[in-house]
Amino acid sequence: MNRNVSIVIVSHSPDVARGAADMVRQMVGEEVRVGFCGGNPEGGLGTDVGKIIETIESVWSDRGVAVLVDLGGAETNSEMAIEMIGGERAKRIVICNAPIVEGAVMAATEAAGGSDLDTVRATAEEFQS
Amino acid sequence: MSAQALMRSLAERMRATIIAHADELTALDQAIGDGDHGINMSRGFNAIGEQTDAIAALPFGEALRKAGMTLVMKVGGASGPLYGSALMEMGKASAAAPASRDELAGMLAAGISAVKARGKSEAGAKTMLDVMIPVHAAIAAGSDLGGVRAAADAALAATRGMRATKGRAAFLGERSVGHLDPGARSTALLIHAVCDVLEANGVAR
Repeated sequence: MNRNVSIVIVSHSPDVARGAADMVRQMVGEEVRVGFCGGNPEGGLGTDVGKIIETIESVWSDRGVAVLVDLGGAETNSEMAIEMIGGERAKRIVICNAPIVEGAVMAATEAAGGSDLDTVRATAEEFQS
Repeated sequence: MSAQALMRSLAERMRATIIAHADELTALDQAIGDGDHGINMSRGFNAIGEQTDAIAALPFGEALRKAGMTLVMKVGGASGPLYGSALMEMGKASAAAPASRDELAGMLAAGISAVKARGKSEAGAKTMLDVMIPVHAAIAAGSDLGGVRAAADAALAATRGMRATKGRAAFLGERSVGHLDPGARSTALLIHAVCDVLEANGVAR
């Protein structure tokens, strides 16, 4: 189950996060675990540090987790979440500097082939539409 | 006034100030950000308000850390980790309430370092740092409360002419010039709230 890098999608919008995760699943199947979260603690547009932590933990892979974010707050809150997870696991979580939907699909495609975390991240970040 | 009562007054005044200016903060953020600063800050400070008793009962440093963690978990935008990390690091720097001007300046410096690290930013990027840093300088230089307020107001006004290089506003480039930074505005509001409470209680002049 944990032989591949996992993907986490963090959007300001729960709908965007769910939709991006649906696209990833349709394209790369169940080989890669994909978690998603969106919305502030009250459910409106925004992101939620607690939910990001839960989402990362829900798809945890010892090979690592690649996180895709949309706007600034999603990145800052994801960085905070990674810091709060802390320890050895935090070193195996990266935020990819890539568009959220395309980056998630590219990262998952790379992860499905068994690539390591650095390669998954590089593939997501190299993507140019 | 007991330390506990002072902490309660500070939390309540900061919350009331943010709520009173929520629409203004959101309007500023709609101009150059993602339009949720007033809403997010209100959510965070209301969450602190719900825990004021628990927070005020803690030793000073732990109270700041708990308040900071509340903002991190409740705000829902980048301002949560930014203000939250500032409070948490200030709490780590000052286990007990600052007893001198140097200790107060040192505590604020710890907050500034936390915001720089969390936001990967520096002075001049049109952010809350552009108020925090001049306020720290005023305190370190011996300003009274009036001087600290004036430093915050002047620093806030100066963000209008700055070009943003951080956050959503950075996409706007030159179009960000001519607008006050919403984070700088909320920082100035909070500085005023703290000064008002300290003055009203004769803690500082």
